[in-house]
Amino acid sequence: MTVVRISDDAAALACEANAVAAAFAKAGCTVERVSSWGMHWLEPMAEIDGQGFGPLEPEDVAAVLAGTSAKAIGVIAEHPFIARQQRFTFARAGKTRPLSLDDYAATGGWAGLKRARELGPEATIAEVTTSGLRGRGGAGFPAGIKWTTVAKAAGPIKYIVCNADEGDSATFADRMVMEGDPFMLIEGMAIAGHAVGAGMGYIYVRSEYPHAIAKLQAAIALAVPHIAPFEVEVRVGAGAYVCGEETSLLNSLEGKRGEVRAKPPLPALEGLFGKPTVVNNVLTLAAVPWILANGGAAYAEVGFGRSRGTMPIQLAGNIKHGGLFEVGFGVTLGELVDEIGGGTATGRPVRAVQVGGPLGAYHPPADFHLPFDYEAFAAADGLIGHAGLTVFDETADMSAQARFAMSFCAAESCGKCTPCRIGSTRGVELIDRIRARSGRVADKVETLPQMHNARKAPRTLAEDVTLLEDLCETMKFGSLCALGGFTPYPVLSALRHWPEDFGMAAPEQEAAE
Amino acid sequence: MTDHDELDAILAGHAGREGALLPILHDVQAAFGHVSEEAVRRIAQALNLTRAEVHGVVSFYHDFREEPENRPVLKLCRAESCQARGIEAMVAALPDNPRVAVETVYCLGLCSVGPAAMVGHEVHGRLDAARLGALVESLA
Repeated sequence: MTVVRISDDAAALACEANAVAAAFAKAGCTVERVSSWGMHWLEPMAEIDGQGFGPLEPEDVAAVLAGTSAKAIGVIAEHPFIARQQRFTFARAGKTRPLSLDDYAATGGWAGLKRARELGPEATIAEVTTSGLRGRGGAGFPAGIKWTTVAKAAGPIKYIVCNADEGDSATFADRMVMEGDPFMLIEGMAIAGHAVGAGMGYIYVRSEYPHAIAKLQAAIALAVPHIAPFEVEVRVGAGAYVCGEETSLLNSLEGKRGEVRAKPPLPALEGLFGKPTVVNNVLTLAAVPWILANGGAAYAEVGFGRSRGTMPIQLAGNIKHGGLFEVGFGVTLGELVDEIGGGTATGRPVRAVQVGGPLGAYHPPADFHLPFDYEAFAAADGLIGHAGLTVFDETADMSAQARFAMSFCAAESCGKCTPCRIGSTRGVELIDRIRARSGRVADKVETLPQMHNARKAPRTLAEDVTLLEDLCETMKFGSLCALGGFTPYPVLSALRHWPEDFGMAAPEQEAAE
Repeated sequence: MTDHDELDAILAGHAGREGALLPILHDVQAAFGHVSEEAVRRIAQALNLTRAEVHGVVSFYHDFREEPENRPVLKLCRAESCQARGIEAMVAALPDNPRVAVETVYCLGLCSVGPAAMVGHEVHGRLDAARLGALVESLA
């Protein structure tokens, strides 16, 4: 009997994978629901004996089984999109059934936890430190140092908190781990718990990911005998973007408003319920089982500069070949967008690529030489964040995108600090005036005779732009967390690279390098 | 079982749990479709919090409603990746249907197969104006 493997990842489900699976079952095939290979433009994709077919519709099933389908893509593992990758975290993607303990164990599962237990806590942390693994949530803080801090903190109760509040647009790698390989995340948390002496772990998942929540809960129930005495519990967010910020997430876990806390104290010393807490992103914890199983040195061999190992990069937006591409740091932005991503889905030229979600900078094609590396992007006034790429074609209006960044910040601000709470709203108003080229006339209060120092003349476009830059500076340096602090990245990058969209003179063409 | 008993059962189910407020509110929202003033009062009492503290939490998170929404809800992702795939023009052209609540979410994590929407736990990708219109019609 023919075995057909079809993903049950949410991206596949959104493309009607269930209907295709039902059609194969009706044709007498055995259908296995596996994780997604990450080639999302081919979803729903079916795999039969290693051969791939996609994107399928139920009507295509007969042709696929007859061997006459025009949607055959050949051997999946040899597809250029897959062959170019270095898959550490996503080694099982497409190959295993997410909730099968047998599949997990047969593909090297639990080996990392077993070795960690043999090594003992100190040597486990040493492996993570050697690997050079940095926090994959965006800040890039070395995981080994964070773990050491928590391990050395005094107290009998410590926590592992997995930040699965993946709210950035263009990011779905966390979701794919949780839906496709949940045991790996649970194993990573158990290793972290073993290393720092924590007995309890929480996974804080956003409520927009119902499929991930269901898979995790089922996986945790199955994994209990493997991770005991360590315990893991899923907690569900409630639609607040800011809860992806670690201190706000901790408040939310405690049952409070998701307001950001001032640091210090660091969560590593006073985190959840005031106890020492490791807060790591899904991808950070998911990288740990591989590191323990294969050694930190093997992980550190891959990478670029101070960014070691691999990064699961997410290609999204107006891109021809959208999906998940895991590769060592150092690949250039241009390779990702043009070669791997195949350019835009609409076929028009690329105008901008936003890297790192709603708080990341917009990069023009002139930045395509940038290597994917924390430091290189920081030097170019950007960030890699959670490694999501949103591609825009030439129809994008960059002043509208800048306005969206401010309005998003206004909608999602927790309200704790003034630059973010009020600055974002003033930013929207300011960009609206710039877009309308309306200038600003003095208001009623400003024209009162006693307001000697208030300006009476309307503000010009250039003055409004200067004011916007000034506001961005205040937000960048005055906000408590990255929401207010990084919103200036998309705004200022749009202003710098596409001033013509703001009614300013276009920049002179820079000399070719 | 009355609403009163059901609320008590939810509270009893979370007794002794660390940081129980959000899980309780999720259960209350799921059971009653909203978190009423009466529910806030009883939850506050059970957790030894003030009503203001519970109200503060309910009003902070987008998921919790203070008034029930009786229409079917379509959650439409309008974040950057879906914008890059043209969601804003589709929203502008979407005929108003008073029998369906169309809400905006920032990111369903389906950024490579957008524009995307979610109804309950059911996800829909690769929407275009016609498919989005048909989806709204199917809910009405």
